[in-house]
Amino acid sequence: MLSEYFPILVFIAIAIAMSLAFIGAAVLIARQNPDQEKTSTYECGFEAIDSAHIRFDVRFYLVAILFIIFDLEVAFLFPWAVALGDIGLYGFFSMVLFLAILTVGFIYEWRKGALEWE
Amino acid sequence: MIAALAFYMFAGLAIFAGLMVVVSRNPVHSVLFLILAFFNAAGLFVLLGAEFLAMILIIVYVGAVAVLFLFVVMMLDIDFSELRQGFQQYLPLGGLVGMIVLGELLLVLASGLGRPEMVRIPGSGAVRIAQDVENTAAMGQVLFTDYIYLFQAAGMILLVSMIGAIVLAHRTRPGVKKQIIADQVARTPAESIELIKVETGKGVKM
Repeated sequence: MLSEYFPILVFIAIAIAMSLAFIGAAVLIARQNPDQEKTSTYECGFEAIDSAHIRFDVRFYLVAILFIIFDLEVAFLFPWAVALGDIGLYGFFSMVLFLAILTVGFIYEWRKGALEWE
Repeated sequence: MIAALAFYMFAGLAIFAGLMVVVSRNPVHSVLFLILAFFNAAGLFVLLGAEFLAMILIIVYVGAVAVLFLFVVMMLDIDFSELRQGFQQYLPLGGLVGMIVLGELLLVLASGLGRPEMVRIPGSGAVRIAQDVENTAAMGQVLFTDYIYLFQAAGMILLVSMIGAIVLAHRTRPGVKKQIIADQVARTPAESIELIKVETGKGVKM
């Protein structure tokens, strides 16, 4: 089984080597001319280098958490689809019940308007 | 040989990333190192033969949970340098709690509970897993039948979290103009067009 993953390992090794080569080349070959003015505030008033820590609207969080829930739902569908031939009707209706429970939540969020932006 | 090398690479990087999550000053960097730790844990899962868990770890944790953590870190307007002010003050208490957790973990490992054959999940009989099936299929063969109660409980938990997120984070804003499709469809030419006979030189009063 592990030998099937060997190409991915090779791919990871190539990716690491190439990214290191690009960073190393940028450090070694590129012309570097550091200046105090290059990092100072722009004429328009923006900082050249600023904190990435900006506040988001809480609605992005709602979208992300709803995405996770349906992501997990789909994750449960994969082993079910693969094993459906072995688990029979019992397994089939087990998943139908699971989907029905989540559909209740889906109808709730649809009716509440949580899927709409404004 | 290659598997052992890969194991040491993934394990070492996972420990390094975990350490950087704790010690890095910028919380955004912490989340990015957490993503690196997830990737390495996925690599370890592949080495253990748990392919499905490895892929789910990447899809769910890297694709969704880490993004959620980033949103949380961005949303909290906390001055993290201010939070570190009381570090010395809270060190004894925090250290004590950490030591207790470490002791408990060691106790669990020493008593053999960490071995998979010791684990019994209540409410289920003996689990029969065929040896020659794939990882994903083996999981599917028991998850939806033998562990149906736990599976349905997972569905309930997802439902509760969905409703909880909507109750906490969703609010309808007043004064937002929305498209109401039913009203648009119900419009007739009779009520939306008005023909007015204009007399010459007089104009129209609407």
